[in-house]
Amino acid sequence: MKLHEYQSKRLFARYGVPIPRGDVATTPEEARRIAARLDQRVVIKSQVLVGGRGKAGGIRLASDPDEAEEVADQILGMNIKGLTVKKVLVDEAADIATEIYLGIVIDRAQRRPVMMASAEGGVEIEEVARATPERIVRVTIDPFLGLQTYQGRELAFGIGLPKDLVRDFVKIAQGLYQAFVESDASLAEINPLVVTGQGKLLAVDGKVLLDDNALFRHFELAEMRDADTETLEEQEARRHGLSYVKLDGEIGCMVNGAGLAMATMDIIKLNGGEPANFLDIGGGAQSEKVAAALRIILSDANVKAVLFNIFGGITRCDEVARGILAALDEIGSDVPMVARLVGTNEEEGRRILAEAEMMTAPTLAEAAQKAVAAARGEV
Amino acid sequence: MSILVGRKTRLVVQGITGREGEFHTRQMLEYGTNVVAGVTPGKGGGWVAGVPVFDTVREAVEATEANCSIIYVPARFASDAMLEAADSGIRVVVCITEGIPVLDMIKVRAHLDCMDVRLIGPNCPGIITPEQAKVGIMPGHIHRPGSIGVVSRSGTLTYEVVHALSERGLGQSTAVGIGGDPIIGTDFIDVLRLFEDDPQTTQVVLIGEIGGTDEQRAAAFIARHMSKPVTAFVAGQTAPPGKRMGHAGAIIEGGEGTAGEKIAAFEAVGVRVARHPAEIADLVAELA
Repeated sequence: MKLHEYQSKRLFARYGVPIPRGDVATTPEEARRIAARLDQRVVIKSQVLVGGRGKAGGIRLASDPDEAEEVADQILGMNIKGLTVKKVLVDEAADIATEIYLGIVIDRAQRRPVMMASAEGGVEIEEVARATPERIVRVTIDPFLGLQTYQGRELAFGIGLPKDLVRDFVKIAQGLYQAFVESDASLAEINPLVVTGQGKLLAVDGKVLLDDNALFRHFELAEMRDADTETLEEQEARRHGLSYVKLDGEIGCMVNGAGLAMATMDIIKLNGGEPANFLDIGGGAQSEKVAAALRIILSDANVKAVLFNIFGGITRCDEVARGILAALDEIGSDVPMVARLVGTNEEEGRRILAEAEMMTAPTLAEAAQKAVAAARGEV
Repeated sequence: MSILVGRKTRLVVQGITGREGEFHTRQMLEYGTNVVAGVTPGKGGGWVAGVPVFDTVREAVEATEANCSIIYVPARFASDAMLEAADSGIRVVVCITEGIPVLDMIKVRAHLDCMDVRLIGPNCPGIITPEQAKVGIMPGHIHRPGSIGVVSRSGTLTYEVVHALSERGLGQSTAVGIGGDPIIGTDFIDVLRLFEDDPQTTQVVLIGEIGGTDEQRAAAFIARHMSKPVTAFVAGQTAPPGKRMGHAGAIIEGGEGTAGEKIAAFEAVGVRVARHPAEIADLVAELA
């Protein structure tokens, strides 16, 4: 789960990270009031969960409350990469001397959090990693000891920070690490961390990704979820405990198990089709769950055929078959469907589907071929 | 021979009185696994499917000499369960539980790395040595004893591949599901090393997927240390970047961890890569 910029910065501020004064507005009038209160030049920043807000015109300066209202009016309601701007952050405009990057991610290969700093702030760290990897300084953090002061100094001196800022920088690094650990984040980033004209450090932009698996112990953070980042189908899937990702193809797939679901998408492509989605119905899928999954798949108008691939381990094939039929009864779709069921109670499952005159296939390869043919109207 | 589990396995089931725990205990017993104990705090003194239940793993180990544990407890209790097993002297710990927070797993793994403990999982189907021991949730009947070692990040995809192998008479020495999380106890290299040293295993099938760089490191290891042939499959060629594909660890991040780069890494060191699951059995059969 992603946090908005304003949520990320407020989280960091709780751990002693200095952030600009500012507040969130949902109307142009509110933006004007905030700008008036700040009583200086402000920056109006769209709060949408995508990168490239600046380039899209979603971040603009305003020199007085009148202009703030006008700019906020233009940004609110704007569409940025498919997302509608509903909130803007009105921050005091920082007097920027230089821009630094400071962030923490989990390094899977080392199995440790890694903190990175770079003097190349203000651009995406992936870009810096590609173009000038030597300009990124890294420290690996021991999960039991946490970020040590010397590691903070290594980062500060490593990016050539002026000596008199090192102490403040280390405090910010430690605050960011605490925020990362205590919110169960998988990424926490200040980009840019600005050195102002007055020689102070200021976190001008922030980004946090939270570990969905840890949200059970962070009620306050869990409530910050912005439903707009998920399609209605994705929300519906999450409610039913299904794992769903919409894609652009024409063949819907319902599969048990994530790895098998990916392999099913791949074999559709191998046979000349394009998958319309990733969907893992998980283990022990009951009729209602299968029905919900089928509704989600068929709500995509691009879907010209549906492929079911169920390898029964915990999941029983007869239950899946009944689920498919129950869902079909309810939805009444004429989209062609191909089912491939293997495993526990497979004969019973196939018999149930055959009686309903559904296409079946004994192997995944054949099922994929039939689904691709069906999508082209060749069956 | 086989790896990790076999006839000498004496299994303790953590979370045995739960719905999943009890169901799979019965399944494992039916398969012939030597399940010697169960643990559920507060339910000590009871019995499940003829297996004695203890309050702590330590008691279970003292009373039954259990040497392997399988964990079915909910995600929020699973880290504690893994540490309890390791600290009670269990040497092979299999964690089925899905949804454990990553920062918890970092600590568990860091602690276990200081001990002589092999953790399999979490978020995995477990381990099976056909006709000897099933320590997991996989359908036992699709497996046949033989000489193919199988290691995979996936669950049902592994069943699919094993099923195809068995249908062609290609039995398995041991099949290990290492799990789909970003931080797991045992990676491809660990299992490849065990298969390389196992006299029963003649070939290895490796099933990877998008996310992370474990497959790339496995490829480098194979080039240097494996004398036995390895056949690979990598799921997720059609997966879009930045989206988590079911498994917590199956995500292309910052352009890294694509199926394409993993396949290229394998092919660069002469590992044959199947284009779809059924082709794996074809490639293995060529060398059997």
